Amino acid sequence: MRAAGALWVLAVAAGTTPAVAQAKADSGRPPPPPPYTAADVHFMSGMIGHHAQAVLMAGWAPSHGASAAVRALCERIVVGQRDEIAMMQRWLREHDQPVPPADPRGHVMPGMDQPMLMPGMLTPVQMAQLDSARGAAFDRLFLTFMIQHHQGAITMVNQLLAAPGAAQDGPVFRFASDVNADQTTEIDRMNRMLDVLDGRTQ
Amino acid sequence: MKSNPSSTSVLVIAALALAACATSKLDMSTSAPSPDPRVGLRAGWMNAAEAAWNLRVVSRTPPSASFINRSTPGDFTLINSDISFVGHYVIQGNFSGYQVWDIANPSHPTLHTAYVCPGSQSDVSVYRRLMFVSGEALNGRTDCGTQGVTDTVSHDRLRGIRIFDITDIAHPKYITNVQTCRGSHTHTVVTSPGDTANVYIYVSGSAPVRSSSELAGCSAALPDSDPNTALFRIEVIQVPLAAPEQAHIVSSPRIFNDLTAPARHGETPQDIAAARQAVQEAKARGGFVVVVDGQESLVPGRIVNPLLDSIVKARGGTGAPTAADSNALRPNIQAIALARIAAQQARRRPGPPPGPTQCHDITVYPAIGRAGGACGGYGLLLDISDPANPRRIAAAADSNFSFWHSATFNNDGTKILFTDEWGGGLQPRCRVTDKHEWGADAIFTLIHDTMTFQSYYKLAPPQTPNENCVAHNGSLIPIPGRDIMVQGWYQGGISVFDWTDPAHPKEIAFFDRGPMDSTKLVGAGSWSAYWYNGYIVSSEIARGLDVVELKPSGFISQNEIDAAKLVHVDFLNVQDQQQLTWPASFAVPRAYLDQLARANGLAPEKVSAARTALARAERLSGQPRRDALTQLAAQLNGDAQGAGDQAKVRALAAAVTSLAAAAAR
Repeated sequence: MRAAGALWVLAVAAGTTPAVAQAKADSGRPPPPPPYTAADVHFMSGMIGHHAQAVLMAGWAPSHGASAAVRALCERIVVGQRDEIAMMQRWLREHDQPVPPADPRGHVMPGMDQPMLMPGMLTPVQMAQLDSARGAAFDRLFLTFMIQHHQGAITMVNQLLAAPGAAQDGPVFRFASDVNADQTTEIDRMNRMLDVLDGRTQ
Repeated sequence: MKSNPSSTSVLVIAALALAACATSKLDMSTSAPSPDPRVGLRAGWMNAAEAAWNLRVVSRTPPSASFINRSTPGDFTLINSDISFVGHYVIQGNFSGYQVWDIANPSHPTLHTAYVCPGSQSDVSVYRRLMFVSGEALNGRTDCGTQGVTDTVSHDRLRGIRIFDITDIAHPKYITNVQTCRGSHTHTVVTSPGDTANVYIYVSGSAPVRSSSELAGCSAALPDSDPNTALFRIEVIQVPLAAPEQAHIVSSPRIFNDLTAPARHGETPQDIAAARQAVQEAKARGGFVVVVDGQESLVPGRIVNPLLDSIVKARGGTGAPTAADSNALRPNIQAIALARIAAQQARRRPGPPPGPTQCHDITVYPAIGRAGGACGGYGLLLDISDPANPRRIAAAADSNFSFWHSATFNNDGTKILFTDEWGGGLQPRCRVTDKHEWGADAIFTLIHDTMTFQSYYKLAPPQTPNENCVAHNGSLIPIPGRDIMVQGWYQGGISVFDWTDPAHPKEIAFFDRGPMDSTKLVGAGSWSAYWYNGYIVSSEIARGLDVVELKPSGFISQNEIDAAKLVHVDFLNVQDQQQLTWPASFAVPRAYLDQLARANGLAPEKVSAARTALARAERLSGQPRRDALTQLAAQLNGDAQGAGDQAKVRALAAAVTSLAAAAAR
């Protein structure tokens, strides 16, 4: 019954008379492209290093004795995020922005000595810890760390959307939404895989 | 299915005219062209090279002036999205609004309306005089302005469903909108046989939840801290047909609660039989077997062994457990195992509850009271007998599926096909290196509300890294007696495939273009390819609207195409699947006969005799025709006994019987 209260609130919000457009004459010209902001550029460049680290972590599965289920997950992460890195680099190039390298240590910014760790990224110590694990220990650590890594990506999406004027650009909004949807789904899948490792489900 | 022959007679006439002037040679072979002509096609925007097999392109129509940016091929702002149909109009959604095309003459579609109203994805649906449009992006405005919304919180922003009156489709009237917390990525119009006063809209939104300052009541918190969170639910909008301006959210069903199954590769009937065999063998060896969720499963040694040890200890013994110890445990093992499982589930790990937080798309099939929900990591089967309160009754998870995207039932509701939009549609997932079972369709049988995995279907020929490609939107082609589907694969083109045998889907026709650009990925391709009143209409993201038609081939006969073209509807929203029915016509039994001949389902001389009898009956009229058809139906019902495909011969006999009933007195 508690849910019903929230429904009522939404129903009222929807019921207020919205401003609606008058039928528009066809202007015969496409609408202008929406502007992009520094927050968009930061998101698209910061996510490159973030993805690069995921690709490196997932790439260890075959050599670190991961189970078949974890190997399949990892293979898809490698292919998926590598393609997305190429897409982000393309977007930056087309917008005449500096294109950072796909550096698994973090976001490489011009003029800075150290790559910056984006939200959820593993520290060098955590990376070494994962790299030294094998078999079931690797599986467990990988899933734990990749959940943390994915949650960081979702944090980056939320930070982007909280920035004034951000994500008006189509590809940025679409990509941010895809990261949100895909990685939320993958976090759930990894949690279920951890359940199996812990013997929590049949 | 609603039938209105008069509204579509123009299409039929045009079809006849086109058929008459078709001169190309027919390919009646049943092997795919080799090498595949889709490989190595020249790149280009409007001038890319094309390859077609068993399909003929009827028209290619570039976007209208407001929806094309000639200086930017593949301009993301102007992506064409999903399509819907009413009468002889196609409504084509676009990230900047929608266009209405008149396809009364399918070889020359003309622009009827161009309506600029930015806000992706502009998924469109119609119901009688109403049109619904999805808005999800942050730049969508309630006033349809093109300036975007730069404030992080703004009451000018529209994320949800826009409702238009299209009584005069040349001048759509924006009636109202219903705002939702996550916006509307896609939506599904749901008609209910028992409720003629309303239609319902299931809203699926996968974008992040907006702030409660922008829309009261929106919360992205976890259910533990906020039971009213906008996560883990869908929204159901009720639209009163007499007063659509009063459309509002009536429920937010939490159809994802307690989805705990880990994703495994879909189990085929062979896998299930093998698992059953393993259990039987284990039982024969004296292993411990319990029944969980109606299925027998083996209790692992890590659970059994300590229990046996404690029995040994309790009787003061040492060493290995005896047969008597096992017998002491056996009556209790079921209760112990269930208690363990319950305890494990109660010890849920901290963090979000299991299950997806949203659906990507839901396809409803009101005739069978079911819906297929493609929701994050799961394919759900929903009971929609009460459309305002859909209820989950089954779920499938598959470790090969990245993101469950959409669903299609076969016509008799005994199969369901889900797509996996791995990568969201912007990525090239049909390269030679991409696995067959990733970014594919998964086909399940659906028997007594149980979904059983059968196979994957994926576009076969490799596409280039410069072509976004993955399973996307499609619809059934109404050929009686077969499950044939047409599907858009973005820049992989259009693929027509036969999934009558769910374990062995097979491509039977295709149309493809070269990439937009030979040097980089520029998004384009078929967003949706749907059959509508005799034609396949495809929404091309960057190149506009394509109309193609089936050519007879070794896989589909002219009679089968004629039978498919008999099915006429007044409007079509593919995600509101309507049962296909065929009017009494000679094409229907002839289509069945062609199928029986092709698959040897009936002895060749009997097929031949039935064809002759049909031809003779067609030349008769009135009572003599009825008598001839009645006699043929009786003959066929007799033949069914010894036929290779008895069910199809009976369907044929039924089609002949309805033809007899339709013969004028």
